[in-house]
Amino acid sequence: MTSTVPVAAPELEEIEGTSLWRDAWRRLKKNRMAVAAAAVLGGIVLFCVAGPLFVPYSFDEQNLEYGARGPSAEHWFGTDLHGRDLLVRTMYGGRISLAVGLAATLVSLTIGVAYGAIAGYFGGRVDAIMMRVVDVLYTLPFMFVVILFLVLFGRSIVLLFVALGAVSWLTMARIVRGQVLSLKQSEFVDAARAAGVRDLAIVFRHLVPNALGPIVVYATLTVPRVMLEEAFLSYLGLGVQPPMASWGLLVSDGANNMMLHPHLLIFPGLLLTLTLFSLNFLGDGLRDALDPRMRT
Amino acid sequence: MIRFVLRRILGIFPILLVVFTFSFVLMRVAPGGPFDAEKPVPPEVKRNLELRYRMREPWCEARFLPALQGVRSPDEERALRRASPWASRAERVCTGLFQYGWMLGNYVRGDFGPSYKYKDRSVNEFIRAGMPVTLQLGLLAVTFALGIGLVAGLVAAVYQNRWPDHLAMIAALLGISVPNFVLGPVLILVFSLGLLWFPPARWESLSHVFLPGLTLGSAYAAYVARLTRGGMLEVVRQDFIRTARAKGLPERLVILRHALRGGLLPVVSYLGPAMAALFTGSIVVERIFNVPGMGRYFVDAAINRDITLAMAVVVVNAVFLLVANLVVDVVLGILDPRVRYE
Repeated sequence: MTSTVPVAAPELEEIEGTSLWRDAWRRLKKNRMAVAAAAVLGGIVLFCVAGPLFVPYSFDEQNLEYGARGPSAEHWFGTDLHGRDLLVRTMYGGRISLAVGLAATLVSLTIGVAYGAIAGYFGGRVDAIMMRVVDVLYTLPFMFVVILFLVLFGRSIVLLFVALGAVSWLTMARIVRGQVLSLKQSEFVDAARAAGVRDLAIVFRHLVPNALGPIVVYATLTVPRVMLEEAFLSYLGLGVQPPMASWGLLVSDGANNMMLHPHLLIFPGLLLTLTLFSLNFLGDGLRDALDPRMRT
Repeated sequence: MIRFVLRRILGIFPILLVVFTFSFVLMRVAPGGPFDAEKPVPPEVKRNLELRYRMREPWCEARFLPALQGVRSPDEERALRRASPWASRAERVCTGLFQYGWMLGNYVRGDFGPSYKYKDRSVNEFIRAGMPVTLQLGLLAVTFALGIGLVAGLVAAVYQNRWPDHLAMIAALLGISVPNFVLGPVLILVFSLGLLWFPPARWESLSHVFLPGLTLGSAYAAYVARLTRGGMLEVVRQDFIRTARAKGLPERLVILRHALRGGLLPVVSYLGPAMAALFTGSIVVERIFNVPGMGRYFVDAAINRDITLAMAVVVVNAVFLLVANLVVDVVLGILDPRVRYE
């Protein structure tokens, strides 16, 4: 990936230049499965964010006499054991799951990009030590530490963001380091250095923007992974606490009552799976579009 | 080669020390003690318990906060600590260092101490009971993952961009996307409660282990399939494959005898990190299928604040993961002549 130099063609008719991003956009549009995945994803986000406005129930409104019933005209997804409307709970759960996915990805993005870019740019012993640390961290049973952490220090959502983000930056650091290693030999870096730009400014103003393609791709693939981990923790009862809902928590409820009320498992499980599937598909499509060399 | 292995084995110990230290610090700084939640015991008993678990060190108390030794009730202690915060802190750090040395010595000897929660059982007993079960489950999952994943990946690579490829890759993506705690209950719903083919829980016979193994292995099968396909396509483009084809070898032999060795490298190098993910996954799978393994003990221990047990599980897991990664690296070196041990 090199930076594009605008072609000046004053005499001729205006030629529309093309950039990496425009190329990628064109390729992505041709990938029908990825477009479909993006559309499904958009639909799910809309469903979760705007949906509750159109449902006349709140996520914690109980109706104990009503109890758990299957889907009906009043309650499209049915109700749970406390008589709460599952449709609106699924929407709220989706909000939380998506928010955790995005926030934790942001945390991991920040750490991973900074770490990888610095290791790659400074190279030598700094790089060797920093990447050795990553190698070591790779081999550790992180989820165990996160669980221990959440149990010992309270189960707050913010802690969840940070804990999940803090353990998922390793691959991002490796990817960014690789990119920076190959980019730092380019002429534009020499030019910046000759112009007296300081090291950190070169890293974050010149190198990171040029490595954005792989970063975007990997960030897209991190979102479903983190969402999965959040759901995993909520399933164990360590994530979001009732009466709030997240998809993991709803699935856990559903799994406990699946013999009598399979709808409690099926709806949230289906939505969670569909979201993860679309995100993974979109991520794969983005990778093919942004980085055709990685295509196999 | 032997020097490389020896150096890597030596390299494991500092990492284990870091893991141990980290979980120890986590345990020390966590608010609340293991004996707080229970029915209040007489202060003398509590003090003796704390002495036994080295949460109090008479030497440190005498050195920094002598008044503490006469104190009996928690309220008195709190007031005393508030009165002289620096001495209190120094006493804590001192006690912590003593406890660290004591526990580290025990760990080195393979003694993980008593469980905080179940006072009549040692942590070693839990681990001896749980570890084999988790290892069996993990082994089964890896077998499933490799069996299904390799075949699917090979088929996809051979039929690149034709329908078997698309089908296998969509199935793989689905396998990655379906969380195991959704897949597990659905499998139980269909195969145990619906078709009555397999028992839904416990860990007794071969039919009991099938569904948990499949649940745990499915995501890894999907990753293996993708990696196999990618690796094979990479290798198939290289010159030595063209040579093999040019000299008239049947395609089957070209793939199985020449391409497979190189194509499997990504899969082998994935097995190291996969081991970590398998242990993590087994936490939830063991819970779904009521399997008495390490994962279940760990979550129960964490929730019960049975910190000695939880800490031991983390350290034992780290040992297994580090050894697994070492084995993977050695195997990778044998398979790939380009890897150099420096």
